[in-house]
Amino acid sequence: MTASDRSTGSPAENGLGLEVVFPSPRQIMRRAMLRHKGFLLGLAVIAAVTLLTILAPVLAPHDPYAQDLERRLIPPVWQAKGTWDHPLGTDNLGRDYISRLIYGSRVSLFIGLSVMLIAGLIGTTLGLLAGYFGGRMDMFVSFLITVRLALPAVLVAVAVVSLIGGSMQVIVIVLGLLVWDRFAVVIRASTQQIRPLEYVAAAKSAGCSTFRILAQEILPNLMNNLIVVATLEVARAILLEAALSFLGMGVQPPTPSWGLMISEGKEFMLFYPYLVTIPGVALFLLLLGFNLLGDGIRDVTAPEGR
Amino acid sequence: MLVYTLKRLALALLVAVTVSVVSFMLIRVSGDPAIALAGEAASAEQIQHIRKQYGFNRPLWVQYLDWGWRALQGDFGESPYFRLPVSQIMGDRIGVTMTLGACALAFAVLVSLPLGIVAAVHPNTWVDRLALGIAVLGQAMPSFWFGLILIIFFSVTLRWLPVSGTGSWQHFVMPTIALGYYATPAFMRLIRSGMIEVLSSDYIRTARAKGLRWPKVLFKHALRNAIIPVVSLAAVQFGFMLGGSIIIESVFALHGIGYLAWESIGRSDLPVVQAVVLMLSLIYVVLTLLSDILNAVLDPRIRVQ
Repeated sequence: MTASDRSTGSPAENGLGLEVVFPSPRQIMRRAMLRHKGFLLGLAVIAAVTLLTILAPVLAPHDPYAQDLERRLIPPVWQAKGTWDHPLGTDNLGRDYISRLIYGSRVSLFIGLSVMLIAGLIGTTLGLLAGYFGGRMDMFVSFLITVRLALPAVLVAVAVVSLIGGSMQVIVIVLGLLVWDRFAVVIRASTQQIRPLEYVAAAKSAGCSTFRILAQEILPNLMNNLIVVATLEVARAILLEAALSFLGMGVQPPTPSWGLMISEGKEFMLFYPYLVTIPGVALFLLLLGFNLLGDGIRDVTAPEGR
Repeated sequence: MLVYTLKRLALALLVAVTVSVVSFMLIRVSGDPAIALAGEAASAEQIQHIRKQYGFNRPLWVQYLDWGWRALQGDFGESPYFRLPVSQIMGDRIGVTMTLGACALAFAVLVSLPLGIVAAVHPNTWVDRLALGIAVLGQAMPSFWFGLILIIFFSVTLRWLPVSGTGSWQHFVMPTIALGYYATPAFMRLIRSGMIEVLSSDYIRTARAKGLRWPKVLFKHALRNAIIPVVSLAAVQFGFMLGGSIIIESVFALHGIGYLAWESIGRSDLPVVQAVVLMLSLIYVVLTLLSDILNAVLDPRIRVQ
């Protein structure tokens, strides 16, 4: 049953001549979301970072690539020698740290979202096929999932990227091919739950094609679960990109990526710890945002899933 | 039970073979492994020499069977960088990674067990919220960054622990925390939800109605059943931790196989990379096989599925 079948906010007679408006399931869900602190906090963090990526050219005070060797390693403004000209200081090449941080959010969001799309497409397709057809198809997909889980993802990604070369497209494709497992697991399980329901049998007896049943009867009804996984998987992709860049096999310098900034700052960490803490806090907040949002949607749509 | 074990074993073998094909093909993704091995500055003659020396000029399936057959006997070829057998290099390093993985797993279980139990006994109280908070923060903390923060705090500021290296047990403290913390949320959620489910069951009510003491009910009756899924998770997480060791070991310059793999990737020491990928995958396959069999022993319902 979808939200629109119910009497959405339609007035009902209660015998007293007063009109009572019952909230629709969608309205109930929306209210639950507005009460959920974690969901709101996550949404706020992601909205803020999205704004940063869109307005980067306006917000960044300096060119993130411009080196100025006379202004190397200036500390952030709250430390003794900090200046408002560089609110978060400069790195070892004299590049403005806040500008690099702002442009770095573009890399994180772009990679996180595109990896999620590729992985989601692969994982959802496999999960739907396994859950709907069962039998040999299910065995085959479960086998693929087991193989994928057995391979150490970071190590394989690092090795492949280093052999092919670390362009943005390569990273997105390699990670996309590696992290579809959770999509497949969750969608397979939800499809198995939906498949025996009456409306699927009804669609089948009405002569709908298998594709139509999968795309229009089953997929819309597991959308909630799909959105939860997709949100959490964005976080995982961002984390993997940062780890890859930290290991020097991800986004290549001088592109500003938060993982790369941590890696570059590591050498100077003992005397200039802000080089590591600032991009790390940014990464932590963004990951926290996606995790809170995903957990929040799950709490609201399927409270038993915590 | 025998049928289940045999079926599970067959699946594990199939996965192991597939994984070995993937690790074999891994160094060929860029096309010619001879060029990757020789380095960018190599002449055509040198590349030709390497191609012959490593047998890259043979058909792919012959190369795979040859490599696979030798790998079965524990021979992963020779590392062009160390000029030593890969198996010998791996043998020197794998102990460190296994120790780190075991310590991190123990850390994760020791932290999550009490938190998960207390959270389940007092759901929706401040303890439960604290446990949930730790879980949420833990999921969002990049382990390599957490490792660096630990170094800044414990090594640089407090000077309690060595920054990096492998010498003594002190070198393992921070890597254990950084690697183990990441797995803690998964354990805690599983223990919490398992305990909540078990505690609301009839036999717990019966046990309490008989007048058994609460600690005995909690640990002997409830925890025993709630712990079964934790065994599977522990096997899976141990595999993931060994895979994640590449990050933590390179942060702390801990000389295990993760650090070895990372260094080998940097210097195009492909036979080593291949062997580490295969080894980590096989460890995962064996662990999940053992945990599935152990689970079937503990819970007879699994066998008939």
